[in-house]
Amino acid sequence: MTVKAQQRPLSLKLLINGFIIVWFVLAAFPFLWTLWGSFKVELDFFSIADWTYALTGERTKAAHGSAFTDAGYYGSWVQEEFWKHAINTLIVCFFVVCTSLTIGTLGGYALSRSSYRYTVWLLIAALIFRAMPPITLVSGYLLPFFEWNVWGILPTTIIVLVAINQPFTLWMLHSFFQKIPKELDESAKVDGCSQFQAFRHVIIPVMWPGVITTGLFSFLLAYNDFAVTSMLLSEQNRTMVPEIAAYLGTTYTEGNVMFAVAAVVSATVPLFILVLFFQRQIVSGLTAGAVKG
Amino acid sequence: MQHRTFFWFFFPTAAAMLLFIALPIVSVFLQSVFAPHEAVLVEVESCTPLVGCTTETQVDHDATTELRSNQPLGRFVGLDIYLDRGHLAVNEIAAAWQATDSMGDFISKVHNLPLYRALSFTLTFTFLVTPLLIIFGLMIALAVNSLHRHLKGLMIFFSLLPMIVTPLIGSLILFWMVDSRGVVGSALVALAGDPDFSMKASTGLTWVMLIIYGVWHSAPFAFVVFYAGLQTLPQDQLESAMIDGATRWQRVKYVVIPHLMPLVTFVALIQLMDNFRVFEPIVGFNASAHATSLSWIIFNDLGGETRQLSAASASSVLTILGVAILLTPVLIRTWRDFNAKS
Repeated sequence: MTVKAQQRPLSLKLLINGFIIVWFVLAAFPFLWTLWGSFKVELDFFSIADWTYALTGERTKAAHGSAFTDAGYYGSWVQEEFWKHAINTLIVCFFVVCTSLTIGTLGGYALSRSSYRYTVWLLIAALIFRAMPPITLVSGYLLPFFEWNVWGILPTTIIVLVAINQPFTLWMLHSFFQKIPKELDESAKVDGCSQFQAFRHVIIPVMWPGVITTGLFSFLLAYNDFAVTSMLLSEQNRTMVPEIAAYLGTTYTEGNVMFAVAAVVSATVPLFILVLFFQRQIVSGLTAGAVKG
Repeated sequence: MQHRTFFWFFFPTAAAMLLFIALPIVSVFLQSVFAPHEAVLVEVESCTPLVGCTTETQVDHDATTELRSNQPLGRFVGLDIYLDRGHLAVNEIAAAWQATDSMGDFISKVHNLPLYRALSFTLTFTFLVTPLLIIFGLMIALAVNSLHRHLKGLMIFFSLLPMIVTPLIGSLILFWMVDSRGVVGSALVALAGDPDFSMKASTGLTWVMLIIYGVWHSAPFAFVVFYAGLQTLPQDQLESAMIDGATRWQRVKYVVIPHLMPLVTFVALIQLMDNFRVFEPIVGFNASAHATSLSWIIFNDLGGETRQLSAASASSVLTILGVAILLTPVLIRTWRDFNAKS
């Protein structure tokens, strides 16, 4: 194909570049703006008098002597003890990812290696479970959890999030294990390994790329969840997202919106870093289900 | 793999899903046909000399506590909760039908009932956001695909952000910007020339705001899927179309889009289900005065001091029915794929 025939006319080039710039601004600007504004005082972040104050920080200079202030971060992290909720998020995410990968790997491997008909039904059941909005399940949890006195603590939430995670994990890992040739573990079994030994010595060493991709999505689900964590955790055990939601009720009246802004920026940073380092895995995970089907 | 081995490999994940997804669904169904016990009332006759005897009705606390602990589910009420004002509101609708003469009047009366109000927003949101995000995602994919190699990675990075970021946080970030004191909000005030202009003030503008958020949040998913599809475009078909004199637009219409069609179906099915559960943006945008969704109703019933489990359960069951309808085409498609493979 000649390169010349593929060249675009100038007007189309302009249109495409213009559209790209518009999308870039839509996608990136809100985050950059909020990051910039989180170091200002409320009167600058919400600039009633003049919107350029948000850039120059006139009121921040007047109040703190410099155009940038960490008052919002100090207020939320130290005063309102946001660090406790950050630690809760860390605990929840760590255990959800580890548990759901462990049991999901075993289940996904079994599904990919069994040739019986019931695997299809199990996968379809998992698909139905995946479609259930978590908030509809929450009304089913509350009564038993109150009865057994396990409401409000982190382990309960971790187990619930692991279970909600399982259908997706199973589907991802199932399709991933199917790409690993069956001959690998078959030959290990011929050499006298049991199924579990074959899994341990032959499959585990080669499964990491798929497991890491799946783990990323498990992490995102646990980190981003609002419906389950806000309903099942008591006030001091809250993770970051429900805590930010709780700020909205209290800080609006106290005039400490900047605490919420600082907390929002703090909670976005880990996600930013995650995309920075795992962009390729996230893209491949998103397309895994689609390109095959 | 032997049945036995399969069972032990699959047991942990199956147990987790049965206990925490399947059983809760059953328990939600059960709770939705039971209502909390009413307090046990007793008639007490108190006689005072010279005045005479009066009977008063009192709450028997001991009996009430005993009844509640004996039957924690409450009393069986059948479908009453489904039919009450907070849900399907059969009586109210019948009354409205008889009392009103014009269709518009009737619709506005029905729109005041909580479930129908939520349903109308949920459906509008689902069926507007899904096609819009597919079109928008396709446009981004086509545009990014034509970029220089080094710019592509950067664009994919920034495009992923709106989708990866927590929905509640993403909607808060946008909300602070469109707030009438925020940067976009004050620009809109200047544009409208009305100092009292606010996106939060009217129902229509709130819906527009939420729909824009929905497209912003989900378009990256469509973009990534379509972008991956564009990498496997059949080059020979494109070339022969060019030799046959197809214009650029015709090549997109007759080669690229048919090639991406299975992906469009995939994205549409997934997004219909995901948009149907719209919930976090309503909390983030503080929009519940103008727009409520089915998930938000459940959340609202469960939260607060009085946890209305029965009401929330009934709404949950109705939501699950809605999801089931949207899920059917996905299931049929999956079933067909499996049969084609084996």
